[in-house]
Amino acid sequence: MVDESRRDFLKKAAAGATAAVIPFANVRIPVIDVTLEEFFQKHYKEMSDDDKKRVIERLKKEYKEKYGIDAEIKTTPPKEGVVWGYALNIQKCIGCRRCVYACMRENNQSRASPKDPTKSEIQWIRVLEIEKFKIHPGEEGKDFRTRFGEIIAGVNLEENEHYYNPEHVPEEDKFYVPIQCQQCERPPCVKVCPTKATWKEPDGIIVVDYNWCIGCRFCLAACPYWARRFNWSDPYLPKEEINPKMHYLGNRIRMRGVVEKCTFCIQRTREGRYPACVEACPVGARKFGNLLDPESDVRKVLEKKRVFRLKEELGTQPKFFYFMD
Amino acid sequence: MSKLIDFVITSIKVSLTGSKKYYAWLASLLIMVLFGAFSYYYQLKYGLIITDIRDQVSWGSYIANFTFLVGVAAAAVMIVLPAYIYNYKEFKHITIFGELLAVGALTMCLSFVLIDLGRIDRMLHILPFTGTPNWPQSMLTWDVIVLNGYLFLNLLIPGYLLYKAYVREPPRKWIKIFILISIPWAISIHTVTAFLYGGLAARPFWNTAVMAPRFLASAFTAGPALMIIILQIVRRYTCIGKPGCKLVVTDRALFTLAHIALISMLVNLFFLGSEIYTVGYAATSHLAPLKYLFFGLEHNGVHYGKLQPYMWAAITMEIIAAILLLFPKTRKNFTTLNIACIFAFLGIWTEKGMGLIIPGFIPTPIGEIWEYYPTLMEIMITLAVWALGFLVYTLLLKVAIAIEAEEVVHPSAKDKEMPEAH
Repeated sequence: MVDESRRDFLKKAAAGATAAVIPFANVRIPVIDVTLEEFFQKHYKEMSDDDKKRVIERLKKEYKEKYGIDAEIKTTPPKEGVVWGYALNIQKCIGCRRCVYACMRENNQSRASPKDPTKSEIQWIRVLEIEKFKIHPGEEGKDFRTRFGEIIAGVNLEENEHYYNPEHVPEEDKFYVPIQCQQCERPPCVKVCPTKATWKEPDGIIVVDYNWCIGCRFCLAACPYWARRFNWSDPYLPKEEINPKMHYLGNRIRMRGVVEKCTFCIQRTREGRYPACVEACPVGARKFGNLLDPESDVRKVLEKKRVFRLKEELGTQPKFFYFMD
Repeated sequence: MSKLIDFVITSIKVSLTGSKKYYAWLASLLIMVLFGAFSYYYQLKYGLIITDIRDQVSWGSYIANFTFLVGVAAAAVMIVLPAYIYNYKEFKHITIFGELLAVGALTMCLSFVLIDLGRIDRMLHILPFTGTPNWPQSMLTWDVIVLNGYLFLNLLIPGYLLYKAYVREPPRKWIKIFILISIPWAISIHTVTAFLYGGLAARPFWNTAVMAPRFLASAFTAGPALMIIILQIVRRYTCIGKPGCKLVVTDRALFTLAHIALISMLVNLFFLGSEIYTVGYAATSHLAPLKYLFFGLEHNGVHYGKLQPYMWAAITMEIIAAILLLFPKTRKNFTTLNIACIFAFLGIWTEKGMGLIIPGFIPTPIGEIWEYYPTLMEIMITLAVWALGFLVYTLLLKVAIAIEAEEVVHPSAKDKEMPEAH
């Protein structure tokens, strides 16, 4: 009890400090280029509705000044009775990477700058090109072992190509496995985060408070799916390529030194739309829906198809399923 | 209170006065720090893009050196324990060198962690009240506790004992409690650091129970090896051991340290061997990082193996060090002993620094091979942190030696004898 009231007191004192700072809110700390208001900003989950409004006003102003856009930044909460799930048909996927680029356009990832080599492209979806099978018969060994050669087949996460670039896809002897955040029910990234800057929302989406992340990159090391990306520099975004429809926990423009990741397009899905990658897929390989709704696309896949998940043995329980016809 | 203020002022004065050689040493360290600070300014301004750390290999030189130096800090326990628990007389004089080395090493550890952050302006988010620490879930929050706690202990204990020596009073009993706490605490800092990596199922190279024991064994090799070198340097350039000086560092103390380094080195090589056997014999997908480390990996006709030469050099140096330490003849000859110590130190720095952190990321969990190699700016920042650590250690040592050798004393205690417990 004593501890509680002490904590309360300190929190109020901290809030008082924030209020007192407001006259100097726009003062910028040099070099790290952060305003005092931003410096004293609270964790998203500890903000009141008023706090959120103020922060969003500030961000809008910032985006207007920096990028010349009028952004709309929502904080739409999760719906009751919804847990999002994803299913991907690896038999249909043709490896065209349209999802990768639709995702970038939708989610305001940094682009490669033609002038500045320190500005690089960030992609949340990585498509693996995998050979259907490789059989090397080998030869009879002269020592005590018999060498059978090598047989490689199936979804192999070590023998694949990330930077495939043929004239036409799909290629005859290849298949394709796109990987993005698997929205684990037991996410190792959330467990290791030292500041609770990343967490699982009630609808099952793992989000990041970009203004709370300290950039330690422990989550990058902990993710078994290599689904997290870091802003090694300030992002580069040409004005005309910015998607102005944003969510605070989703596609709002990030800053250097923080982590980002796929949120199943939280800014779309919480408004009743499909994620951008689902819409962009030309062959309908991507299915999305509410895992708690028996009529949803993803539940139908779970019911009718045989599905598998990546690295099941790690116990992360992804809500991202792969299947074949 | 006035005595304490006088102690602080005298300490500052003592630490900043010395011979020309002393000033030259301080100045060269300071220049290195300034060069690094200049590079760090660019990192702050433009982000971690100035390093070669990327999404594929997301920790590099900073975290590798941090990991190694936590071991150096923990190794102080190898002097404190024999001195206080077994009352080993030869170590009584040198415990303070060990404890202060821990302070220097921790300065570097904490600097490396902070420099590695993408948003240093938000570092308070990890502390209670100013932030939301994910305790007890995140091992990094544990590391904040144990590292800062250990820094506190290693400032308090030598600080208090030096103060009491300065005013010629016997230390009070309560300090003994802190000395005893510091022993398991030293073990804890390196255990928690090992758990940072060992707990990650996504990284098979690190996800092994032998991580913490291996960390401790290598720390108790590299730490004493460094102490042996430092103690010889200090013995040569200060009053220690000269006629009329109250402070001595005996050869026997150095040889005992060499013995500790030997046993730890053998245990370390045994753990490393166990790890290589288990991973190699089972030959599952866990093998790839280890294969990368020693032989490199082939991918689409390209050979990736930047770490290969360093790793073979490290293992060779470790084995030579073990052999030189093993035989009494070479262990008790200062030329061969020093070669052994330098090899042990460099070997372990490579093996559990870059040789542990980098291959953990290669290949990535989804099979990409991307090689990391530190940039010039990154190397300059890394060197600057090392220089900062040695700067802190030098200044502290200067004070400690002056007081222990009874060169300075509080004016009111001039005629008193140094009490027994010192």
